[in-house]
Amino acid sequence: MEIFKGNRIYNFMGKRIPFLGFSAILVIASIVLLFTKGLNLGIDFAGGTLVQVQYEQKAPIDKIREVLSNTKYKGSSITEFGSPTEVVIRVTGVSSNLTNDIGDEMHKLLDSTGKFEIRRVDMVGAKVGGELREKGIMALSLSLIIILIYVSYRFEWRFAIASILALAHDIIIALGAISLFQVEVNLDILAAILTILGYSLNDTIIVFDRIREGIQTSKESELNEVVNESVSRTLSRTTLTSLTTFFVVATLYLFGGEIINGFAFTLLVGVVVGTYSSIFIAASFLVQLKFSIESFRAKEAEKVKRQKEKEKIRAMYEKGTV
Amino acid sequence: MKIFNYRLVIFILSIIFGVVFSIPSFLQTETGKKISLGLDLQGGLHMLLGVKTDEAVTSKIKSIATAVKYFSDDEDILIDGLSIKSNDSVVFSVLDKDEFPKVDKMLEEIKGLDISKQELEYTLTLSAEEEIQTKDQAVSQVVETIRNRLDQFGLAEPTVVRQGETDIVVQLPGIKTAEDERAARELISKPANLELMAVDEERADQVYNMSKAQAAQYGDIILEATDNPNVKYLVKEIPILNGSQVVDAQVAFDQSNQPIINFTLNSAGARIFGDFTGKNVGKRLAVVLDGKVYSAPNIRERIGGGSGQISGGFTVIEAGNVAIALRSGALPASVELLEKRSVGPSLGADSIKASTIALVSGFLIVFIFMIIYYRRAGIIANVALITNIFIIIAIMAMFGATLTLPGMAGIVLTVGMAVDANVIIGERIRELLRQGVSIPKAIEDGYSNAMRAILDANITTLLVAVILYAYGTGPIKGFAITISIGILASMLTAILGTHGIYEALLPKISKDKNLNKWFGIK
Repeated sequence: MEIFKGNRIYNFMGKRIPFLGFSAILVIASIVLLFTKGLNLGIDFAGGTLVQVQYEQKAPIDKIREVLSNTKYKGSSITEFGSPTEVVIRVTGVSSNLTNDIGDEMHKLLDSTGKFEIRRVDMVGAKVGGELREKGIMALSLSLIIILIYVSYRFEWRFAIASILALAHDIIIALGAISLFQVEVNLDILAAILTILGYSLNDTIIVFDRIREGIQTSKESELNEVVNESVSRTLSRTTLTSLTTFFVVATLYLFGGEIINGFAFTLLVGVVVGTYSSIFIAASFLVQLKFSIESFRAKEAEKVKRQKEKEKIRAMYEKGTV
Repeated sequence: MKIFNYRLVIFILSIIFGVVFSIPSFLQTETGKKISLGLDLQGGLHMLLGVKTDEAVTSKIKSIATAVKYFSDDEDILIDGLSIKSNDSVVFSVLDKDEFPKVDKMLEEIKGLDISKQELEYTLTLSAEEEIQTKDQAVSQVVETIRNRLDQFGLAEPTVVRQGETDIVVQLPGIKTAEDERAARELISKPANLELMAVDEERADQVYNMSKAQAAQYGDIILEATDNPNVKYLVKEIPILNGSQVVDAQVAFDQSNQPIINFTLNSAGARIFGDFTGKNVGKRLAVVLDGKVYSAPNIRERIGGGSGQISGGFTVIEAGNVAIALRSGALPASVELLEKRSVGPSLGADSIKASTIALVSGFLIVFIFMIIYYRRAGIIANVALITNIFIIIAIMAMFGATLTLPGMAGIVLTVGMAVDANVIIGERIRELLRQGVSIPKAIEDGYSNAMRAILDANITTLLVAVILYAYGTGPIKGFAITISIGILASMLTAILGTHGIYEALLPKISKDKNLNKWFGIK
């Protein structure tokens, strides 16, 4: 079985402006969403308390609301979680007292609402939330820097800039989707974002590797042509890998349960956007950045020459003819 | 054909390694190292506690004041106005200048003090270095104390680790009920600070008409009785003894069969206790636990031997917990709850079920897809994939790593990545075959052409995983670990292993020449 016929070269770069335009719209829309609708920060980052309760019958949400409205928890939000029998109660306050627990209190308060079991109580203090937020941003920026350094070292600085731009593109659009659907942003969503980063980078690097190889092996000196050829050659690999990953993540989304839903959703968006960007967008940045084949070849040739000279000197040294 | 196929040998060894060391995890056998399930999967309690280290400084200052009082009583040095000022300094005046050398000599023996003298008045504070050390020791001691208490409480595998300068992570897997959780929380948070304090008999009658400030003027504090907040005692602020001198505490029963706690003091404590009781016969001694007076019996005679008892309104369970807390020592500073995550066992079980379904069905889809697309090359890739999973489990089990929900997601993701390496190689081989290259050369070149891309891609992902590990907490760390192990394992299986299989099968493939059967191309 084959998806793409082996030798067909598609003219991706010829249509790069419309694709870049489309991406620009998506990125701008995402940024607008982030500034207007914002992110729905979960308790991991915002601090607060979350109590997950499972009832034996359908959860009496109105009754719970009524019971809590007479207590200090009257401002809490109560939402269905995964199934009609399960609810999550979110409270903004935090009890830092070890002996006086919100789980115990809820148990007493909700006693009249039916038979239930408290399945999860998460409480994150404001200080911890702030620390987690700081660490998250730190991890994200540090990852980007390390990628920049590594790709610059292995390829060339324009490749590094192009891959970072492609990554920023993917992450911003993923964040836009998270904002649009108001997915609760917790630690696992951060993990998903970082996974997208790794995954999309993986895709981009494989395409770039092909471009690097194309520059070195083919006689073609038109960058557009080399890129078209390289992207076309990697096309079946890119779609194939994306499909398998997509299947796995989709099953995670469908069967993974409510708790892993946000994580899987973010990954789903990331896989789709990452695949799109590595085919249509990443290499376009390379062209836009005016990457020059000649100077790259000259540099590579210089590298090879130096390597040969070193070997020669070494050989002479070993023979003792210096 | 090569004479020695080292790739295949390594691959077979890694299969054996993976299968053997992951068996205990899959079967959950009693022996052998198993992968441990995170609290989100097996249920349990996770807490991040912050130690209020300033309190440790105050209590150290208090114990210095106690030492000063004991020494001056013992040596008959007249001092006045011994008190604690703004929680971090001890102030007292020496009435007779001739006693200065004696006092100086005593203070020399207490290390880490900054001493300032003005006229007759001494002010003692902790030196900056000593303060840092006191705070640091307090955190280590809290860790040690909580660990002891939880051990004696009989909980399975509690983890108590220090995190950063002032924080402590406590993990209690296997907490099943809300009652267990509450008991554990109470045990952890109980300061268990036992103090023996002298009742100020001169002014004891005025206690009900006195404000805190008035009491402070006499160097006294007002404490409530544990069983009745309306009963108040006026006691000397500087305790005679504190809990650090307790070496043992046991539950016993008094004549009316009420639970009481017998405690034993170390030799230094016993001496102080003996001296004090000897000099104060007829006066009252308040037994104070965590700032509440449990009893204040009259001293009938000198109590040598260094043992005493706490009585007053315990249930048997309470008395047991207080005894545990006293035995394991007082918390040098109180702790506050910064973060708490508790997962009920039923939720954990549901999570395992859901993610297993997702994992298995995800794998199945990938397996079937690979076989349809690549035919036999797909089967070879799948062998590598399964081995990969075994190796991840085996390595995680060996290092005692914890499998969390995001960790399971990490495994799912690794599967995607491991397949990727094989897809890249497969596509390269196909490309070469289409160009009419011979099968052995297509395989050799396919691997070497793909290698650079796979390495670059894997190394960058690995770098990101390392950063995640460094900056992540709990579940994120687990996720980073699984991805890292997965990437390394996939290099072994998907690159080296499959190459070995091709080498072994090469004579057969070359003879067969059926590219559709082997590589899925027409």
